[in-house]
Amino acid sequence: MSILSYVFIAVLALGLGYSLVRRDRELTITVVVVALLAALFYLLGGVGSLNVLSIAAAVLMGAAIAAYAFRFLLIAVLPQGGAQVMRTAPLTAAFGMLVILIYAIAGLFAPLIAPYGEAEVVGSAFAMADDQMILGADQLGRDLFSRLIYGARNTVGLALMATVLAFIAGAIAGLLAAVKGGWFDQVMGRLADVIMSIPSLIFALLILSIFGTNLGVIVVTVAVIYSPRVFRLTRAVAGNIVVMDYVEAAKLRGEGDWYLIRREILPNSTAPLVAEFGLEFCFVFLLIAGLSFLGLGIQPPTADWGSMVRENATLISFGVVTPLIPAAAIALLTVAINFVVDWMLYRSSGLKEGQG
Amino acid sequence: MAKLLRLVATRLGLGLLTLLVVSVLIFFAVELLPGDLAEAVLGQAATEETVEAMRRQLGLDRPAPVRYLEWLGGALRGDFGTSLISGAPVGEAIATRFANTLFLAAYAAVIAVPLAILLGVLVALLRNSIFDRVANVATLTSISSPEFFVGYILILFLSIRTGWFPSNASLSGDMSLTDQLYRAFLSALTLVLVVTAHMMRMTRAAIINLLASPYIEMARLKGVPPWRRIVRHALPNAWAPIINVVALNLAYLITGVVLVEVVFVYPGIGQLLVDAVAKRDFPIVQACCLIFAATFILLNLAADVGAILTNPRLRHPK
Repeated sequence: MSILSYVFIAVLALGLGYSLVRRDRELTITVVVVALLAALFYLLGGVGSLNVLSIAAAVLMGAAIAAYAFRFLLIAVLPQGGAQVMRTAPLTAAFGMLVILIYAIAGLFAPLIAPYGEAEVVGSAFAMADDQMILGADQLGRDLFSRLIYGARNTVGLALMATVLAFIAGAIAGLLAAVKGGWFDQVMGRLADVIMSIPSLIFALLILSIFGTNLGVIVVTVAVIYSPRVFRLTRAVAGNIVVMDYVEAAKLRGEGDWYLIRREILPNSTAPLVAEFGLEFCFVFLLIAGLSFLGLGIQPPTADWGSMVRENATLISFGVVTPLIPAAAIALLTVAINFVVDWMLYRSSGLKEGQG
Repeated sequence: MAKLLRLVATRLGLGLLTLLVVSVLIFFAVELLPGDLAEAVLGQAATEETVEAMRRQLGLDRPAPVRYLEWLGGALRGDFGTSLISGAPVGEAIATRFANTLFLAAYAAVIAVPLAILLGVLVALLRNSIFDRVANVATLTSISSPEFFVGYILILFLSIRTGWFPSNASLSGDMSLTDQLYRAFLSALTLVLVVTAHMMRMTRAAIINLLASPYIEMARLKGVPPWRRIVRHALPNAWAPIINVVALNLAYLITGVVLVEVVFVYPGIGQLLVDAVAKRDFPIVQACCLIFAATFILLNLAADVGAILTNPRLRHPK
């Protein structure tokens, strides 16, 4: 058994004692459930799986502490208004922001952070981790860590581009449909219906098989696939605002469509739209990662998380974890964004869930 | 009752129309190829004569609308033309693989749907407790993970490190059902993990939405215990959104299956599609896309019809 497992068991025992002394029923149940889970793991998988569970617990603990520290830092650094908002943010949201910040830094300063170039062959194929390469080498002997950092730039950058394009197209169409109504609304609505009635991955595969896999095609295809979602949401949100009295008043003043969109509708629909942008990014990101995993996304030698998983997948059959790291990087970013969006939706809806 | 039938019939008609439009889209997308199909197949080195011969062989000398009608007519009878690479009939290659994919999707659905509804109700009952919060984080994580991440984690821990299940899910016809279920277990589990999380969240949301209504408040005030309030009072009204979510997630299963099949080397239609896309074998791509789209539309239709049938308010519009 590793030291971590002993620490894990000790923490569980301490937690149980503390909760019993404080008569905190919820905490007691939690500790007992975790202990039962650990026992189950031990019975099923022996010491090895207990160690894995302890590592997972330690990672969760570390993430919580990091999120707590980051929230503390933000409250101290931000001006009055921002600090006030952060004080009410749950730990998950703080964790999400921290992760997004780290990814942004990794993406922006990739050449400064990465020790080697993304296509530079440094060691032998599948070399183990050492002082030079902290995560080892990939199937061609390139430094996995450097490629991971560059991947933050390439994969996230591509997804961001596609999302922005989808968002602009969908939002403009949705706003115009809400303001103009009539045939424009009908045509756009039916078009969105048709696009949304084809599963997104299948649609992407169809288009990519025809036009080949270059970056422009990927961005446009993905944008077309996901813009109907934005269109529907924007149209629904804007549709509720268009019937308000103040919009009616602006219309009677003789303001044009563009003025209505810019000055009356957009300021009142930012919260749902920003949240939708986050969700949309997650969908786009997962689709692009899936395409790269299938070998139809960003082409080599450009570093990209989806194709890195595919290229190194053979290592998994030897019980090595490294091919999972790029996949984990994808999952971590989507989780982080979802955490932040979840909190934003909760804040903007202002609805407290039914009590009692 | 007549009103109800008319409502369902309209939905079905609309679904058929969508399917028709989608089939047009799938067929004519290939017409958008730079050059044409014959040039794309033969590549740039081909001479003018061979391209011309290929065009005749593929029937490209006839107008596109005629070819579309022929393709659609063939598709309805299960004849999708011949593969450009192997020359074998596409319909035969697809039939067994589609059955495999349906088997995998059904396998996952049978586990995921009851599990998700049960857990969703449980979490709604325990809302705002620590379990609810843990479940919230866990389901969000599961939804956010790409399928191949979940798949490889399962392979690493349940197959390679412990040796409990096979990581390679290739099936063959002469296997017994239990053997097939055992082989496909990890692939099905991956799908279950991804889909359950989503259905569970929606079930929870549907029930909690209802808990704010006055009639639940009434039940609370007259002293009905919490589990009974949810199971007897809230759940019957939550069926419509839950059925909707279940159908939508089954539709999602159909596409999520593509990545999972590739990870586990499962002999389904998704893997066939990915191979065909890489080789640019357009008849297979078109056939797979049409089948996926048709299944997707049918399940969405089922969601709509289910919602109509379970919601009395839709049956009696004001």
